[in-house]
Order: sequence, then C-alpha cells, then structure tokens
Amino acid sequence: MTQAPILEIRGVCKTFGPVKALSDVRFELRRGEVHALCGENGAGKSTLMNILAGVLQPSEGEILLDGERVAIASPAAAQRLGIGLVHQEIALCPDATVAENIFMAAINARRAPLMNFQKLYVEAQKVMDQLAPIPVRTKVADLSISNQQLVEIAKALTLDCKVLMLDEPTAALTESEAQRLFSIVRGLQQRGISVVYISHRMAEIFSLCDRVTVFRDGQYVATDRIADVSPDDVVRKMVGREITQLYPDKLAGAPGRALLSVKGLSDSDCFANVDLELRAGEILGIGGLIGAGRSEIAQTICGLRPATAGKVEIDGKPQRIRTYSDAVKAGLVYLSEDRKGSGVFLDMPISANISALDLNKVTSLGMLNRKAEDRQATELSKRLGVRMSGIGATVSTLSGGNQQKVAIAKQLSVDPRVILMDEPTRGIDVGAKVEIHRLLRQLAAKGVGIVVISSELPELIGLCDRVMVVHEGRIAGELAAGALGEEAIMRLASGVKAPSNSKQQAAHVA
Amino acid sequence: MSPREETPMHAELNAGSARRMNFARLASMREAGLIVIILALCIAMTFASPHFLTWGNLRAMMMSFSIEGIVVVGMTILLIVGGIDLSVGSVVCFSMVISGALFLAGIDPWTASLIGIAASALIGAIMGFFVTVIGLSHFITSLAAMVIVRGLCLIITKGTPLSLFSLPDSFKAIGQGSFHNIPYVILIFLVVVIVFDFLLRRATAFRKVFYTGSNQKAAQFSGIKTNQVKFWVTVLCSALAGFAGVIYMARFGAATPTFGAGMELNIIAAAVIGGASLNGGSGTIFGAILGMALLSVVTSSLILLDVSVYWQEMIKGCILLAAVSIDHFLHRKKS
Repeated sequence: MTQAPILEIRGVCKTFGPVKALSDVRFELRRGEVHALCGENGAGKSTLMNILAGVLQPSEGEILLDGERVAIASPAAAQRLGIGLVHQEIALCPDATVAENIFMAAINARRAPLMNFQKLYVEAQKVMDQLAPIPVRTKVADLSISNQQLVEIAKALTLDCKVLMLDEPTAALTESEAQRLFSIVRGLQQRGISVVYISHRMAEIFSLCDRVTVFRDGQYVATDRIADVSPDDVVRKMVGREITQLYPDKLAGAPGRALLSVKGLSDSDCFANVDLELRAGEILGIGGLIGAGRSEIAQTICGLRPATAGKVEIDGKPQRIRTYSDAVKAGLVYLSEDRKGSGVFLDMPISANISALDLNKVTSLGMLNRKAEDRQATELSKRLGVRMSGIGATVSTLSGGNQQKVAIAKQLSVDPRVILMDEPTRGIDVGAKVEIHRLLRQLAAKGVGIVVISSELPELIGLCDRVMVVHEGRIAGELAAGALGEEAIMRLASGVKAPSNSKQQAAHVA
Repeated sequence: MSPREETPMHAELNAGSARRMNFARLASMREAGLIVIILALCIAMTFASPHFLTWGNLRAMMMSFSIEGIVVVGMTILLIVGGIDLSVGSVVCFSMVISGALFLAGIDPWTASLIGIAASALIGAIMGFFVTVIGLSHFITSLAAMVIVRGLCLIITKGTPLSLFSLPDSFKAIGQGSFHNIPYVILIFLVVVIVFDFLLRRATAFRKVFYTGSNQKAAQFSGIKTNQVKFWVTVLCSALAGFAGVIYMARFGAATPTFGAGMELNIIAAAVIGGASLNGGSGTIFGAILGMALLSVVTSSLILLDVSVYWQEMIKGCILLAAVSIDHFLHRKKS
C-alpha cells in the first residue's frame, strides 16, 4: 500500500447559496482498499459522492485520479474516468427489464445504433449472477426492494470502474443479503477495484473496511485504519461529543397491564393467526426477514389493510377498526417505514405535517386555527429536538433524522395509546437514532405502548424488552430480554425452529 | 442519564426567522411577479394605444375572463389534489344546453339552471367514480368525458343552437345587467374567487386537498380518505363549470352545442401560469386568477395592436411556456 492513491481530494468546498455543504475537505482512497466514509446525515458524504460522480461541481478544490488532476463535468464523464456510484435511493426504470437497467449506463456509453437484445441478456445475466441469481428478463418493478438494490450494484459493475462508491447499500437489504453483498465487495477488492463505502452501521464497517474517514458538519475530521480504532471512537468522531450509551436502559420492573392485545389476526394473503400482546411500560420488538409480513401485520392492526379475521383490544376494550381513522380515534397510530413515500409531506411545512393526523384538533367551525397549529408544532418539535429553520420550513429542507422526528411528532400530536413504528430509525444518523431511542423509552415509561418493527438486529436487541419474530406470516416465536441475541432472532426469522407450513392461508376464512 | 442538550447546529436557525410557510412565500413571490408583469403590460399598452385604459376596454377584459375565471377556480383546486379536468369546456356547454332545453320545454329558467348545474355535478360524480373506484387517471377519464359530454350536447340540440331570446329579463340580467355600472358577472366572479380563495387557505376540508395532492400515500397514512377528497373535488370542478355555463347562457341568450371547445386549455394554462403544479400539492386561486388576467391582457393588447388573429394563439402559447420555464428555473435556484 505504498503506491500513489487512486483517488485524492484536496481542499474541496461546495456551497449551496449561503449553506456550506463541504468546506475544505480532503479524502484519499488507496488502490484496492475498502474505505468507509462516515458521518451523520448532513455531514456532507452524499455531497462529496455526488461531486465525484459528476452530478455536482465543487465550488473550490481539486480532484486527482491516479495522480492526475481531473474535472468531472458530468455523470458520463465520471463513467469514462471509471468512477461508479450506487445511489442510496434506487434509481431504476421500473418498466424496463433487469438487463436493460443493468446496461443502461453502458448502452449510453456505446455507440451502436441498434440493440442486440440476445447479447444483452446473456451479458447481463453474467454480471447479475456474480451477485444473485435474478433472471434478467424480469421487469424491475416486479422485484423486491432488496433485489432492486442488487440490480443497482450490478449496473455499476458493468462500467469497468476503478472506483466504486456504495452509498448505504445495505439500507434495504436483509442480514443474509447484506452478507452476500460483503463477499461481493471483497471480491471486487481482490479484482483491484477500490471501494468507498458509506454506511451508518458500525458492524458492517468494522467487518468490511480497511480504513475509515469521518466527516462532520461538512468538514473533514479524521482518517484512521480500522485496526487502530473502535466503533465507539468512530461514533464519537462523527457526533463530536461523547455518546456514553448507545441504547437507553431497559425496563427495570415488570410491565404493567395489557395496552394492546391482538388475537387470531389474519389477512387474505400475507399472514395468519397472529397473536400479540403489548403491556404498559415495555417496548415490544417485531423482527423477521423483509417480506415476512411484519409491516402488513402492523398495517392491518391499524385498519390500513383489511383483516379477514381477528380481534383487537386496546386497554382491554374490544375495538372495531375498519379504517385508519377508526384506529387513530382508538389511540392507535402507525409510523410508516417509507418515510419519504408515505411518512411525511415533503413539500409542505413542518406545522402542516404535524397536524395532518388530527385536523379536528386545530379546527374551529370548519376553519383551521393557524395559531393552534403553530403552537402544537412548536411544542412538539421542541420536545423532539427537531433541528429546523422554523416550523414554516418545508420538510424537504430537513435531514433524514429530523424528517423522521417530524413524522413521530405527527403521531404524538394525537396523544396515542399505542404507536406501531415500522423501521423508526432506517437511514438515520447515529445521533438522531440515539435521540429517537431515548424518546421511545421515555414514551414507554409514560405508559404509551411502543411496538418497534426493525430489520436491524442490534436495534431490536438493544432497545426492546421483548421481541416477537415473524416468519412467513406466522409468529415463529418470542424472545424475552434475557434470551435476546442475534443468533436466536435469526434462527426464528429464517424458520429453523418453526415448522414450515406455508400453505396456511386456505384454512382461514372469515 | 440526563437527556443531551439540544442545541441547534447553526446560529441562524432559530424558530422565529422563517415563520409562515415557505411555500406560501414562494407562491406570493409568484403572485407578486405576475402583478408586476400585468401592470407593466398595462402601462406599456396605455402608451401604445389610447383605447386601452378606458373603462369600456377594462370592463370588456374583466367580462371576458370573469366567467372563465369561475371555471379556473375549480380547475385550480382539482390541480392541487393532483387531478386535471379536460372536460370543463364540454361541461360548460352541457350546462347551457340542458338548462336551455329545459327552459324551452317550459320550466322556469331558475329551476332549469339549478338542474343544469346539478347535471354538471353529476358528470363530475361519474368522473370521480371512474377515478376513485375504477382507478383510472383524471387525464384519461376527463378526456373521455370531454368527448362524451360534447356528444350529449349535440344530441340534445340536434346540432343546432338553441335560441333563448325568450328568457325573462330578470334572468338575463345575471349575464347582461350591472350594479352601479359594474356588471353582475364581475361581481359574481369576485364573490366566487374570494370565497374559494379564503376556504382554500383556511378551511380544514380544503387542507385535506393539499395533503392528498402533496403525497397521497402519506395522506392515507394520516387517516385522510383520499378517494373521498378526490371525488368531491372532481364534483366541485364540474359543478363550477356548470355554474359558469348558466351565466354564459344568461349572457348570450343562446346555447350553442359547440360552445367552450378548447376552453379547457386556456383554463389549465391560466392555473399553471398562476403557480398550480400538474404534480399536485401546490397552487392558489389568487395566482390562477392572475394567470387568467395576464392571458386576458395579452389578448386584449394583441387585438388593440391589430396583431393578426393567427398570431394570437401562438403568442399565448409562448407566454405559457415562458412563465412555466421561469418558474421552474426559480424553483431550482431556491432548492
């Protein structure tokens, strides 16, 4: 590793109007290394990636590739230079086949007038097979999110890149898919490709990467060899202050009375015969693989999807929940896993986002009471520590973590009895994550029922008092605080212990 | 564990500075910009033509966009919810034709008009059904409705205009009379605009329109019955078109089965120039009316300047393109 770095960045600044997204940052990527880039949301990682991918132009500074100064004027230029970026958000054409998507960039770079589809399919399959056996004639829209993510990565592989940047590639992947991705990344590394790896998950970074660079508030903080630092060191550098405890203390005593009780809940196709009980004071986790039916169960409890059988009781009283407004009236709210798609109104003000769940609260005589709305927004955003320019700012101006806080503020605005939270901290930086976890614990202590659905095992283990694991639409088992462990959850989630009877739907008719 | 101190990261970020809605500010920027352009055009025209700044001409301009302006109100609300209605021109005509035919059949004109408006609302309800229950897009549904309703107009009238000169004067006054030299048409228009502008800004029911148009999924996840919202807004848009149709009937004393063809484009253009987004979630009545006014001033100017009719359409199209491009550019600069 004594060669010149393949990629070097010196003194790069980027300003958006008055906002300085990057100031005088440097970064060095050595040949054949996997280099983690860490920082809270808003630290400038994505801005730097976009500069390297030619999407944005730096205001100042220089970029050296193989020791030579380069200007990356456009994404096409980045591709010619051999720099590939896999975006955090999936950017595929849903109506085109996997093969067409994989070679989208490559087709663009080629200069042949006609498409040779036969060859395209064969070559695409070759690339795809390195990652996962996804048939390349499938339409992208028909793939799961995690498979779409793999297609994104395959797309970058077709470009013969020297530098591959992965922006939170595992955000939508399950544990086993993530493991497969890691072995792929190691394979790329052996082929001499240098990888910039952006992630919030310390476990990944420490098992995969050689070095780590930390940014904070648009500034360079440090670069270390992974071998020389601990996850705590990295987190400390990211947040710039001590986070003494990643997860809040668990419930000390025994949980109280039952807040939410679900019996024999089934729907027409995703899950069957689900029993669930949530007691006051505890945080109940729901684990399982993506696609196991966790979100569907939560949404059905809240009336967002139709149930075919089952009873829901809140505080021991049976509830008739047909629509989501019934659920909200009964004090049951659902926080969506898809923050941007269905959690917040990006182009609306923070105040209007927070009041959306119960407009009656801020309405008198059919008219909105703006003062009441503003008061509520100010109160809740202060309580949740939303960092914003004001409650009139649109939610799109906030970082991911703060957007999520607004989404939670919306839930809290109705003083719910029970909140079902679907991936409450997905794609959120460490600092905000800790804040949200603490908030959940405080809410639970005040007697609000909290159910957390999460794909992140450390979160389930660190945060929850009890975890139920879903496997193929059935509750595969339940783990008490003492029995919580990654292995135990994964065993249940992958159905190792559970009897596998996947043809259970027919038996349940309402 | 003591909760960590919450300190805003940047000094300029304090809750007081950016008080009221950012996007309302953007919208008002757009409205202010339109006012400046309209005034500039008016001043230029005052020098260019002695006939421009006369009560007669201003009145004619106001008259010309007042009735269409009522349709623009409905269209803007529909655009905000994320829909669009290509059938408004046909529905305006449908309302005229129905009311006119009923009047000729011996029903008193006021009742006939109410039935005409109700029939228009029914067209909206049918479109709303296809959009919310069957799941078609507003664009396709209203495209079909545009053709079907136009067909109905031709069937009812057998293709010939209905002559309604026998309408009582008290009814014709809606379209032809005036109060202290201000035509009733303009007064009606102002009332509709003020009422709906207020409701859209303040009423809880209309806030749901913004939620639905901004992010339908998130609105559903907030317990808003988005299909209901879309249905009723579609009905409202058609009902307002029907209302406009009745006023046209009173004004012209006739019901022509081809009336209003192509009107929808003018109306959508006005709303879009005024800041309504075709993606839903944004728009104001005031802005849309200013858009309408701009188009009207331009038309009037071109006529006074003796520009050939053939050029007028093209110039209007270019203005639409320019307005939307400038806006797009400004928005990009902002974000």
